[in-house]
Amino acid sequence: MSHRELDDMLGKGWRKPAFVKNPALRWTLILGFVAYLIAAYMTIEVNWSRVYEGLDRGWAFVLAFTSPDFTSRWSDIWSGLVESIVMTVAASVVGIAISIPIGLGAARNIAPLPVYVICRGIVAVSRALQEIIVAILLVAIFGFGPLAGFLTLSFATIGFLSKLLAEDIESMDKVQAEAIKASGARWTQWINYGVQPQVMPRLVGLSMYRIDINFRESAILGLVGAGGIGATLNTAFDRYEYDTAAAILLIIIGIVMGLEYLSGVIRARVQ
Amino acid sequence: MGHLMLRLQNLTKTYKTGDQALKEIVLDVPRGQVLALIGPSGAGKSTMIRCINRLVEPTSGAVMLEDVDLTKLGFGALRRARREMGMIFQEYALVERLTVMENVLSGRLGYVGFWRSFLRRYPQSDVDEAFRLLDRVGLLHMADKRADELSGGQRQRVGICRALIQNPKLLLVDEPTASLDPKTSRQIMRLITELCHERGLAAIINIHDVALAQMFVPRVVGLRFGEIVYDGLPTGLTPDKLTEIYGEEDWEATIEKVDEEEDIEAAE
Repeated sequence: MSHRELDDMLGKGWRKPAFVKNPALRWTLILGFVAYLIAAYMTIEVNWSRVYEGLDRGWAFVLAFTSPDFTSRWSDIWSGLVESIVMTVAASVVGIAISIPIGLGAARNIAPLPVYVICRGIVAVSRALQEIIVAILLVAIFGFGPLAGFLTLSFATIGFLSKLLAEDIESMDKVQAEAIKASGARWTQWINYGVQPQVMPRLVGLSMYRIDINFRESAILGLVGAGGIGATLNTAFDRYEYDTAAAILLIIIGIVMGLEYLSGVIRARVQ
Repeated sequence: MGHLMLRLQNLTKTYKTGDQALKEIVLDVPRGQVLALIGPSGAGKSTMIRCINRLVEPTSGAVMLEDVDLTKLGFGALRRARREMGMIFQEYALVERLTVMENVLSGRLGYVGFWRSFLRRYPQSDVDEAFRLLDRVGLLHMADKRADELSGGQRQRVGICRALIQNPKLLLVDEPTASLDPKTSRQIMRLITELCHERGLAAIINIHDVALAQMFVPRVVGLRFGEIVYDGLPTGLTPDKLTEIYGEEDWEATIEKVDEEEDIEAAE
């Protein structure tokens, strides 16, 4: 019986079964998507004469990088930089500290359902509101300056870090945690011995990454009045001082690369 | 209940999917007795062990540890009751990124407060006991190594220390040799049974290796589809009995091998 089946199959080709089984549906989906792509690209209008005019301005901007001006506005740059660093450090510490309990609560395998729903809700709200929107709102409430930036970044850190921490906790090795529970440990001890060691490398890595993001964001938030190096950058653009703007951008790039290197070193150490 | 350590009364576990993992299990374990629980995968061995310390909640029935019904305990009382039951796991279940010493001392978590454990400031008596146990299993020099640097056999030794430092009355052992080579498996089984005798501990050892079970324990319980189908001496496991537990297969080779191995053991 099975030999007959085998004989029928020998000599016949073999293909991996298609993801969408129905060929008509499969080709409709593929062709439909291609048609949409073509249509979508065609709706993006390009004003070529405007591009031609803009090229000069763009070129001036690029040229400025060859002669960045660190000196003439140095005191502005320095105070903006200090403000940005203060914002970054303060917001990262507060954000990370708040993220840890919310991340624990947002992990379905360790939190009871009501806590889980509340914590996931907080994460969803934080992630739904983009930094710029939050910053505009907070500037409206607290006025111009780094306080609004600090609060914005703290808020954004919570959404980012809690979510990723919770996902790491959900994918941890259950048995290691079970073994701690079986010894009669309290809940806090269980978290400290059974869960924390498993998620620590990722928590440290994510925190470093978030510090990096917070610094970059602090440069953007200045554009809407939330203080920091972004405010200095904005002023430089308004005055068409591209050489000063270039100097600021170079400093930002340098600091971000420095942070990247530092986080690499730290992550390697906590592995 | 004077001489009884553990009594399971009609212990039943039905999973949400409707699968009956345990059907009205009745089992008495006297003080100081080491028994092996054998049976095919999915027979409910692991579920039974976990229902005893309630890592899995039993559906009905009672688990009497001496005079206490564990199934009736509230959260705090259960936590204190768990201190009396040491557990040894398949695949060791050490916390990989903690040191050997932290893993061993984690067996004391039920006895020390949060801050002491958080700061790793354990009472001197606990630290001394950890050193003694590590020395007993030959791993004293590994105390400050990280658990993931150890070999399989070494990890399981640490797992044994972690269970024993709880100063338990009963050991629950879940497939202790599942991922170990044959020689290490025997060493681990010998260590567990020796330590149980030294300390007068009762133990339930889940094990799928029939020959290994026969070699080390005085009582074997066979589980099939959540029911006890054999309870007796290891020598009573005839091919018929094994067929009843595991299903049709040629068992002669298994049993003969056991005899040979026992001779070798005796010669050693």
